[in-house]
Amino acid sequence: MEINRIKQLNEQADLIRKMSIECIANFGSGHIGGTSSIIETLTCLYYECANIDPTQPNWADRDRIVLSKGHAAVGLYSTLAAKGYFHKSELLTLNQNGTNLPSHCDMLKVTGVDFTAGSLGQGISAAVGMAIAAKMDRKKYRVYTIVGDGESQEGQVWEAVMLAGSRKLNNLTVFVDNNGMQIDGMCDDICKVAPFEPKYKAFGFKVVTVDGHDVEAICNAIEESKKSKKPTAIILNTIKGKGVKCCEGTPASHSVAFTEELFKAENTGGVLNI
Amino acid sequence: MSELHKKEMRAVYTDNLIKYGKKNKNIVVLEADLMNCHGTKKFRDAYPTRFINCGIAEANMIGVAAGLASCGKIPFAASFSPFATRRCYDQIAVSVGYTKMNVKIVGTDPGILAQNNGGTHMSLEDVALMCQVPEMVVVEPVDTVSFDKLFPQILACDKPMYIRLQRKTTAPIFEDDAKIDLFKANVVRKGTDITIVASSIMVHRALTTARSLAEFGIDAEVISVHTYKPLDTDTIFRSVKKTGAVISCENHHLIGGMGQMIATALMENDIRVPFGMIGISDRYGEVGNEKYLADIMGLTEQDIYDKAEEIYKKK
Repeated sequence: MEINRIKQLNEQADLIRKMSIECIANFGSGHIGGTSSIIETLTCLYYECANIDPTQPNWADRDRIVLSKGHAAVGLYSTLAAKGYFHKSELLTLNQNGTNLPSHCDMLKVTGVDFTAGSLGQGISAAVGMAIAAKMDRKKYRVYTIVGDGESQEGQVWEAVMLAGSRKLNNLTVFVDNNGMQIDGMCDDICKVAPFEPKYKAFGFKVVTVDGHDVEAICNAIEESKKSKKPTAIILNTIKGKGVKCCEGTPASHSVAFTEELFKAENTGGVLNI
Repeated sequence: MSELHKKEMRAVYTDNLIKYGKKNKNIVVLEADLMNCHGTKKFRDAYPTRFINCGIAEANMIGVAAGLASCGKIPFAASFSPFATRRCYDQIAVSVGYTKMNVKIVGTDPGILAQNNGGTHMSLEDVALMCQVPEMVVVEPVDTVSFDKLFPQILACDKPMYIRLQRKTTAPIFEDDAKIDLFKANVVRKGTDITIVASSIMVHRALTTARSLAEFGIDAEVISVHTYKPLDTDTIFRSVKKTGAVISCENHHLIGGMGQMIATALMENDIRVPFGMIGISDRYGEVGNEKYLADIMGLTEQDIYDKAEEIYKKK
């Protein structure tokens, strides 16, 4: 990947991260930790690797992107707004009474969201259904889904992985946001689900592990998954709350209350003109 | 008598899937390892690419169905009724209901029809659960003839739907010329003294009871309900206003069941008449054949007779 392109993607990721922080700060609190850990992945998908068209959000042949860890919706909304699916000013309505941007991503309310999620473990099943639909219709679109490591404690995740592997859904890419943390602490201390590599391999997946904040590595892994004869799991080693000074690398970053002072300290540059 | 009465409900299900699946390529059939119990192997053989056996993983089956529906498919996802409903209720509520996906969830052997599979397999609450999902249409065909007539209407309705199905042969209620409308209940016996509103296996029992009641001078009107939600209260109200008394009969818990829905609708519309309910009280199921289970759970003709007589006398 050209150095300039890497630079552009990093700048775009920075912008989307700032937009997400500002949305949350504007409301006063939100899921910044698990949002920040997947910003680079969202950027790589929407700006480089996925076959999508913001002017045709319901295009039948578009790649599907299912955010199974639906609590990171603000990251997805910011990405969609940055891409032009809807106007950026709408982001400031996040979680307000009567908003079209609820805390967990909603396909009926938000242009560009391919599936509703929030109750953990369910998005990946829908993604498997979409991948099967593509195979049935002999369509070329791919399905990407982002699953949390904590979310992977839900048994349904493994039901979906089992079916995807057994049907050899090579049009499916599962990202695991391996930030190591969940609401109550470290995943390994609470109910250890890692390591992911041998588990996905055992279920018939190709597995690639990358630094989840390295856009070049993420893009390369996605391109590799497009050529795979098996479904692919991309294990993203990430930092919860990445780039958010007040809470980076802490389980408490899952949902953060933003005071005005805290927000000023983040120095986002007011990208949403708050 | 209709030839369909000789067929099992599961055969009517599969044959319709195949018949309409020929024209409508969006029909997809999902199973969770009960293909052989539902007879859908025939569909798999006819359209192998549109059949998905999800294995023993009902929650994932519902999610996969929702994903398929988001791509324009019309998935029919089946399991025994407790596993198709209470086992994966959150998946139904969020991935199917909240998203308004056109998924047809099929639950078989409902209520006491689980028979020798016993309490673990007995869904006495599935209608209540599924009616609680906003905009979910909840249907239970009363016999093979009506299911055959309902199938294209079910297919044409693009809402999330729960289809509660007896699996084997059904007691005949309707003949081939019957008019069956998905959103209308049917008056299957006209009468003037009391209304018996019945669903599922209770329709046949209600008709038998009505004949016994007639011998003792009580002329019962029997209404067969196949759609619990939205409930055709117009037909029920018309009958009740005429007869002045009503009982409900269902193969389901009384709590949250059809009887309570009818009672609420009557109260809300200021129709105050003597009212009674036949159904299963607050308890779990157990093993036994249908006759034994109907006896111990109060679903026999005698139970209906006694309740009808009691309510009639209150007029």
